[in-house]
Amino acid sequence: MEVLNFTYPARQPVSRRVHVGVVGSGDLEVLLEPSLDQHAHVAVTTSVDGFGAVWKIVLDRFFSRFAGAAAIEINDFGATPGVVMLRLEQAVEALRT
Amino acid sequence: MSTAAPHERFLARHSFIELPARERARAILDADSFRELLGPFDRLKSPWLPLQGVVAQSDDGVVIARGRLGGRPAVVAAVEGAFQGGSIGEVSGSKVAGALELALRDCERGRPVLPVLLLETGGVRLQEANLGLAAIAEIHAAIVGLRRHVPVVGVVAGMVGCFGGMSLAAALCSTLIVTRQARLGMNGPEVIEQEAGITELDSTDYRLIWSLVGGEQRHATGLADAIVDDDAEAIAAQVRSAVERVASPRSEQVECFLERLAHIDPGNPPEPRALRVLWAREDAGGH
Repeated sequence: MEVLNFTYPARQPVSRRVHVGVVGSGDLEVLLEPSLDQHAHVAVTTSVDGFGAVWKIVLDRFFSRFAGAAAIEINDFGATPGVVMLRLEQAVEALRT
Repeated sequence: MSTAAPHERFLARHSFIELPARERARAILDADSFRELLGPFDRLKSPWLPLQGVVAQSDDGVVIARGRLGGRPAVVAAVEGAFQGGSIGEVSGSKVAGALELALRDCERGRPVLPVLLLETGGVRLQEANLGLAAIAEIHAAIVGLRRHVPVVGVVAGMVGCFGGMSLAAALCSTLIVTRQARLGMNGPEVIEQEAGITELDSTDYRLIWSLVGGEQRHATGLADAIVDDDAEAIAAQVRSAVERVASPRSEQVECFLERLAHIDPGNPPEPRALRVLWAREDAGGH
């Protein structure tokens, strides 16, 4: 188990909180809520050690399109990068609806 | 609907099994009445799993929701089978027990609350051992207490099934609803194979497993009260009808079940088909 933290610049406030996903095999849960400052903060707890560089690539790509000042908690149970991105996109979609 | 081709009826179904616990609770309750207690953002997680290198979930795999069933106040406890096999730990078990105990307190004060358990669980969470078992015992006690006031409805939909101490919780319910995909038993097939050997039970033989502990068999032998298609609306309708019935819980039908056991020779146990004849539903004391 490994805990990873990331910070990204943000331009827009986030107005509400959303929860998607489950800490099931090959899946993850995302808790997204307003950040306390003008940045986006991501705290990842993952069951798979040694993939910090891959997490950074996935999150860099996600935050190239998302500018919300969100505090994001990710609890991961071995999701592939594709599943991680889908869950993040799902959280953003839930934010909009 | 009745004139539609079978595949059209199948496609029109809204699978309950495919829903995660939160959506299952929402599907059971009256439209727009779902209100979650101790949700993910309360972050009531297992303190024990991370100490053992296991990632915790923000709701510990149990969703507690207040809402209405046919307009009447209800509380649903839904176990998330995808997180740690729906296992019951200290926190998840206490959430279920606490919800049932609060419902019991309301019932005792003349404000009935209808309890519904959506069970998808392998039983106690082994990493939390006695703390989980203690919570399961509290769940059992709360179900027995609640039964004096209101029907306690259990649903086992699949595909995890309901095993271990939580199978006792299912058995204690006033009414138990299953699907054909459900499984209900004390020890899971993998555990039996591991402990007693593959000659006792081949846990990969799905036809055999479901013939023994599957929903259809449990219903045919009177150990479950209703069998429903895997359809969210059909299951919700069955729950709404179950809360209107005054049922005699199986665990109070002691003579009936002793009589049934007397028909069994442990040295030469009956095949699943034969058990259905031996324990035909008509003889199950009203079930």
